Amino acid sequence: MVDQDFVDQDLADLDRLENDQPLLVAGSLSKSYGRIAACRDVSFALYPGEVLAIVGESGSGKSTLLQMLSGQLTPSAGHVSYRMRDGVTRDLTTLGEAERRFLFRTDWGYVHQDPAQGLRMAVSAGANVGERLMAVGWNHYGRIRDTASDWLGRVEIDVARIDDAPRTYSGGMRQRLQIARNLVTEPRLVFMDEPTGGLDVSVQARLLDLLRSLVAELHLAVIIVTHDLAVARLLSHRVMVMKGGRVIETGLTDQVLDDPREPYTQLLVSSILPP
Amino acid sequence: MNAPAYNFAYLDEQTKRMIRRAILKAIAIPGYQVPFASREMPMPYGWGTGGVQVTAAILGPQDVLKVIDQGSDDTTNAISIRKFFAKTAGVATTTATDVATVIQTRHRIPETTLHENQVLVYQVPIPEPLRFLEPRETETRRMHALAEYGLMHVKLYEDIARFGHIATAYAYPVKVNARYVMDPSPTPKFDNPKMDNCAALQLFGAGREKRIYAIPPYTQVVSLDFEDHPFEPYRFNAPCALCGAENSYLDEIVTDDKGGRMFVCSDTDYCEGRQAAGHHGSLSAAPYKEKAGSHG
Repeated sequence: MVDQDFVDQDLADLDRLENDQPLLVAGSLSKSYGRIAACRDVSFALYPGEVLAIVGESGSGKSTLLQMLSGQLTPSAGHVSYRMRDGVTRDLTTLGEAERRFLFRTDWGYVHQDPAQGLRMAVSAGANVGERLMAVGWNHYGRIRDTASDWLGRVEIDVARIDDAPRTYSGGMRQRLQIARNLVTEPRLVFMDEPTGGLDVSVQARLLDLLRSLVAELHLAVIIVTHDLAVARLLSHRVMVMKGGRVIETGLTDQVLDDPREPYTQLLVSSILPP
Repeated sequence: MNAPAYNFAYLDEQTKRMIRRAILKAIAIPGYQVPFASREMPMPYGWGTGGVQVTAAILGPQDVLKVIDQGSDDTTNAISIRKFFAKTAGVATTTATDVATVIQTRHRIPETTLHENQVLVYQVPIPEPLRFLEPRETETRRMHALAEYGLMHVKLYEDIARFGHIATAYAYPVKVNARYVMDPSPTPKFDNPKMDNCAALQLFGAGREKRIYAIPPYTQVVSLDFEDHPFEPYRFNAPCALCGAENSYLDEIVTDDKGGRMFVCSDTDYCEGRQAAGHHGSLSAAPYKEKAGSHG
């Protein structure tokens, strides 16, 4: 007879072990285009459930870094490793294309700044959300549709609009739909590239609110690229400040934003208009 | 240059070799679209330039050729192509399905069950089943390579969401040999089950798109569907008005401007064969006889 307490204890240990190991590790990542170094020597570790914001102005290498982390761009030097669902940590460059694409549509999400890039604008919202499910072999229309309506509800889109194409949606709705489409396979890591760019302030606030609750509820790890320090402050636990392809400052969000050490970070923080 | 002025079946031998190599590769990888150097043919694109090239490459002097267009042996396209090969290859032609060894077809599969000594050549306008779902050809090729076919179901999902059932009636996507998703050319989905485990070799030629693909004999061909919305072949719920057939694919023919219509077999050879065997439908006319004084 197995003692239930021991089993519980073991499971708790296992859980802690899971959360103790980093999900994604970047080691000395660099990318150069000829003489131009877009990104230089970036290293960090991301843990499950952690939200990391990468901030900096245009041209600081944020998007290059995000593309390298998500395996879309091969780094000139350095490596990215990811702990797969089976617990094995693998270097992204050693993954075959099929494995990488599978990872991309199951365990990862990618929220584009422009929803038109992340959505199929001509097919219905339901099919947009259901596509990932069908890609992993779901073959029951009723169940796909139920899951899609459930997710539309969770991102606060009226379920009555499930059969409308996203091109009939407003900017805020498109962005929420894109989030639903990414989260439907319950990924563990989501990349976001300026998810609130181009939205007006009240819609931004609602989207951020939604994101924050989803991230907490689903225990998501998120890497979010933004130039908006308010987004970083609201969503992220940690901040990395980039300038000229280098990480110049990193730390807890409150610490970096309330007490910036680097002159550039001080400049960034002080350039926000006081409320 | 001292190329001969005439070569059997129009194309020169080097071109035929090139096409045969593509065909062999297509047979080796069922459902895979093999690129080939499609030639200009003395007919416009969309009239079967791909099918004609495949037929020209496989035709031998002993072959008996049948050409059908929408099931019919006597439409312009069918007659022109039949005459073309009668003239350039001097092969015997026929309209009877069971005596033909090569059957070139546009949009139908004959009702008569095909046998092992036959080759069915399809004319294909658009070989890529993912074309209108994913516009990038580089991407669709990658999707085929990695067998990522979730997108195909997105199309079927859209059909059900919009119409309540899978409304795709022709060019209904199939999975060949449990690997490649393939466009069966614009045949009605009624014909899809005939492709499965078929005794004849099936070759598909797309001239403008420069692709050849194939289904070898006795290969599994499955129409895609959902568990709760299974594939169903569609057929008008009527017998053929000429031969009374209950299980053939029917054409709807409008007979007047007051809503009159008749349903007849789209496969003319099958219909004529049944009528010759004594089957009659509701509208089959008595054999035509010259009436005395009818013009007076």
